Amino acid sequence: MEFGPYLLLASLEGAVTAAVLALTAVGLSLVFGVMRVVNVAHGEFFMLGAVLAWWIATTVGGHPALGFAVALVVAPLIVGVLAALADMTVLKRVAYDPERTIVATIGLLYIIQQVTLMTYGPEARPVEPPFNHRLAIPWIERVEGSWQLYYPWGLSTTSYKLAVIGAAAVVLLGVWALLARTRIGLVMRATQLDRDMATAFGIPVERVYALVFGLGAALAALGAVLVVPIQQAHYLMGGDPLLLSFIVVIIGGLGSLPGTVAAAILIGLSDGIISVFFSPTLAKIIATLLVALVLVFRPQGLFGTRAA
Amino acid sequence: MTRKITEPAGQTRRGALRTLAAGAGAAALPLWARYAQAQTSEPIRVGFQVHRTGIGAAYGRWYDRTTQAAAKLINEAGGINGRPLEIVAEDDGTDAKRGAEVVEKLATQLRCDVGFGTLFSHVVIGSAPRAGELKLPYFVVSEGHHVASGMLNRWTLQPGITDVKSQVQAMAPYVSSTLGKKVTMIFPDFAFGHDHRDYFTAALEAQGGQVLEHIAIPPTETSFTRYFPRIPRDTEVIYHVMVGPAVLTFVKELGEFFGPSRPELFGFIDSLEAVSLASPGLEFLDGSYFWEGNPRYAQSDQTSHDAFFREQVGVDENGASVSDPDDVSTYAHMFGCWETLYVIKKGMEIAGYQGPDDRAALIEAVEGIGEMELSDQHPQGAKRFNGKTHQAFGHQYISQVQGGKLIKVHTTSIEDTLYPDEVDYTTQSL
Repeated sequence: MEFGPYLLLASLEGAVTAAVLALTAVGLSLVFGVMRVVNVAHGEFFMLGAVLAWWIATTVGGHPALGFAVALVVAPLIVGVLAALADMTVLKRVAYDPERTIVATIGLLYIIQQVTLMTYGPEARPVEPPFNHRLAIPWIERVEGSWQLYYPWGLSTTSYKLAVIGAAAVVLLGVWALLARTRIGLVMRATQLDRDMATAFGIPVERVYALVFGLGAALAALGAVLVVPIQQAHYLMGGDPLLLSFIVVIIGGLGSLPGTVAAAILIGLSDGIISVFFSPTLAKIIATLLVALVLVFRPQGLFGTRAA
Repeated sequence: MTRKITEPAGQTRRGALRTLAAGAGAAALPLWARYAQAQTSEPIRVGFQVHRTGIGAAYGRWYDRTTQAAAKLINEAGGINGRPLEIVAEDDGTDAKRGAEVVEKLATQLRCDVGFGTLFSHVVIGSAPRAGELKLPYFVVSEGHHVASGMLNRWTLQPGITDVKSQVQAMAPYVSSTLGKKVTMIFPDFAFGHDHRDYFTAALEAQGGQVLEHIAIPPTETSFTRYFPRIPRDTEVIYHVMVGPAVLTFVKELGEFFGPSRPELFGFIDSLEAVSLASPGLEFLDGSYFWEGNPRYAQSDQTSHDAFFREQVGVDENGASVSDPDDVSTYAHMFGCWETLYVIKKGMEIAGYQGPDDRAALIEAVEGIGEMELSDQHPQGAKRFNGKTHQAFGHQYISQVQGGKLIKVHTTSIEDTLYPDEVDYTTQSL
């Protein structure tokens, strides 16, 4: 394939990765920013979203769009409620102590993963996309002194992949609006800034924590529902998103939403482009190296503010 | 509240304690004492190393069902040397390191007579050295060329399934004469895929063909479109073999990449094992070709042995579970467990196997097993076991997707699959 179309294809693939990654990483970042909890089980909430999407789509039946639409609403809701329950029954009991929450969420990780294995099973199962058309993309080339349009072999995307990118952008805008423009967002930001002061002003901090933990998990689940028609639901699928989310959140600055989104786009696109031109292993190596460099030279992340 | 409670005789505390003590004593008897009346009533324990979890889980589920079905039949027919057969299953998580530990556990803790059933090549390669050290006969059902290549040891045998080298060697003439001579290969980046890369490339060149590009994909990959631009434009045939949970995504994205103008496709059914051909997005496969170790769909010339095998394992004419049509089997591979179990039975009968002291005699007996006829014991087809390389050779099938079903279009002879010996394990001491 020629360089131009090749680069375009790589960017499109990278954009899909970036879109899903942004949703997942924003969830992780939100939880860390507000609660100071490093949620190691985040990838499993992602997986749970995908598995529930399969279950809902299969149960609803009928046109694939119907099952998918229900899954898009219900799966993140269920995952969010489960996460909020986990917060109230586990994380609250260990008093949000940083070390103990890490161990507790590792425990959650294994519980969710193994329960899924025991119930849903070890198979990868597909969810039918609500719509899926192959869109061939034209390219221009110079033939005998004039520019001509042509369709390079393999240069294509699908309508569904474009929809994933669009949907992720809309959801991210929604999250931003929620945080910046609503009362509940104000309460969350207050809690993030100073927990004790928020408590003193009568903010029910524990309820805010449960809400944020649920919201973070629901965002991961939403990303998974969006990606499951492209990939498939599998009980081990949470590993990669967790690793990439951590990379993104560290590069973007823990707790900084704009930083997380920017880093997700950076990592997603570079992952796509480096994978296509070199190898996916090199893409992971470079991303990890970037994390190391950020930690050494700018520990607060690209967009983070230095902790007091 | 002074009423005296009278207890019936024998139900006193002392009596109960005495009974308990007697029971505990019986339970603590050495194991040999329970079978003291006759050596022959103790079961022969086949340690089954199964991929219940991890990337091989779909295979593991069907390997398990096939093995249980064969063991049940063997027991109904009187067991082995008059002793029942017991399958002792242990999950290895499709993990090479865990595989070696499982072999050790089977041999020492679980006191198995033999090890059996490992599929994924990296697990076999990781586990076989430990089996050799423990002198545990280790019957793998793996397809990899690692047994016949001489990489492993005298205690490791593959009598129930053919290896990749013989499979691809038998495919190359058909691919180059029917589909095209310029091939791009896509394969998983571990030992099994490397076998495909090395032996198919050589076999195709021997036919006057050429592999334009080798595209290796990590077996845990979940997204594939980004690999496809490396397919050269003048490719006539795409040769694909993929494993792991994302195989359906792989094939779907291949279809989306090419759209209406795809080259010829020749795949190993591994790319779609345990996946229904009716899955959304696979319509483009119509007219493409697949290697099958054993045809998934019951063919018009189905043998009575294949029908018997399907019935016993619980597989319908479409290769899916009789209880759930969405539960598609790994039909091209799982017969290997069935046939291997019957080879173990035959070997033990020839060797007069009584216990672990006869393990070396079992190896020698299986090495001499030679020809196997098409039968209920060998439903996939006749086989020839090479005692020197510890590898079985058999028929291979090529099917074409026609109307959403795989229809057999070519059967190779056993001779098509033979190649010169690369090792003589019988020269190694036992």
